[in-house]
Amino acid sequence: NPVHKKVPVLVHNDKSIVESQIILEYIDETWPGHPIMPQDPYDRAMARFWANFIDDKCLTSTWKALFWTRGEEQRKALEEAEENLGFMEKELEKKKLFGGENFGFVDMVANSIAIWVAALQEATGKVVLTEEKYPCAFKWAQEYTCRNIIKETSPPRDHLAAFYKARMEMMEAMKDSK
Amino acid sequence: EKNMGGGEEVVVLDFWRSPYAMRVKVALEEKGVKYVTKEEDLGNKSPLLLEMNPVHKLTPVLIHNGNPISESLVILQYIDEVWPHSSPLLPSDPYLRSRVRFWGDFVDKKIYAAAKKLWPAKGEEQETAKREFIESLKLLEEELKDGPFFKGDKFGYVDVALVPLTSWFYALEMCGNFSIEAHCPKIIAWAKTCQQRESVAKSLPHPHKIYDYVLELKKRLGLE
Repeated sequence: NPVHKKVPVLVHNDKSIVESQIILEYIDETWPGHPIMPQDPYDRAMARFWANFIDDKCLTSTWKALFWTRGEEQRKALEEAEENLGFMEKELEKKKLFGGENFGFVDMVANSIAIWVAALQEATGKVVLTEEKYPCAFKWAQEYTCRNIIKETSPPRDHLAAFYKARMEMMEAMKDSK
Repeated sequence: EKNMGGGEEVVVLDFWRSPYAMRVKVALEEKGVKYVTKEEDLGNKSPLLLEMNPVHKLTPVLIHNGNPISESLVILQYIDEVWPHSSPLLPSDPYLRSRVRFWGDFVDKKIYAAAKKLWPAKGEEQETAKREFIESLKLLEEELKDGPFFKGDKFGYVDVALVPLTSWFYALEMCGNFSIEAHCPKIIAWAKTCQQRESVAKSLPHPHKIYDYVLELKKRLGLE
């Protein structure tokens, strides 16, 4: 990955593909037996739209609110995160999973919300995705982490939480020592 | 199945300065799809825009038979899937499609992002934005190889993604006091080739109009 120098990279028969959403579409097109993307072009456009929104807006604003900011900046960041989560919540009001009845593209992209946000909340003691405010999203996240395939492929939450807690403590220590 | 030909309604919620909106128009022109534009004033958004794109409240929005699609690159892929028979924008091979999507994303996250920072900035901030802009453009320039387009002899997705920004090149050069051609001559040659296409000539405003708009905006924002 000479351009961005990041993971993940999928290497298939000597060809490399980067950027997780692009990798998911490649996988979907190369192994068409179990579709990840919907078939209808409009539904596909909606899936791409929500995947972008979750990656670019939801995740970024939640990280900012929980991890990167303090004080007044944090209060504003929390407002933005809550607004974004609100849009996600509305989308999940109509269905069980982002993919409808089936686990699909957007659900996979949203793993960050289901898993990482929970870990960050545990690490920082700050909560933004609560059951009362976002009942549908909360339920979706619970169901998500119970799926066997998720358990097999994701890091355990307590490990993640401990990792982020340690990072935060390091960040605080560095700030104090200036 | 969606109907082809008569009975289709295609509307673009537009903003004449927006390079994102230009992408959609270029793609529809390439495909020969009849469409109508509704010009939005982003300082005073219409109820239609707010209804069709409640999440971002931005143009462009493609409304196809009443169904809204937002985000220009998502729209481009939709257009290519719904009207697949004329002028395909994306290749059919999955690996090549992933390459094209990668560069489309790169154009957004690196080149357009740097351009947005460049024109309003001054001093050190502007120098940084210029560097980012030129470096990213140079990286993309390597993809032109023999050209004339990004994937060889067919005008496609990456060309549509980048070409609208060429209408902003003059404004960027004037604001940043630099020459894009001096750093990326192949990109300028590519831009000239694209401008000969009817789809591009119809959809892009004259660069001087963009520059006039930028000057006016800078004055209004007190950024001179």
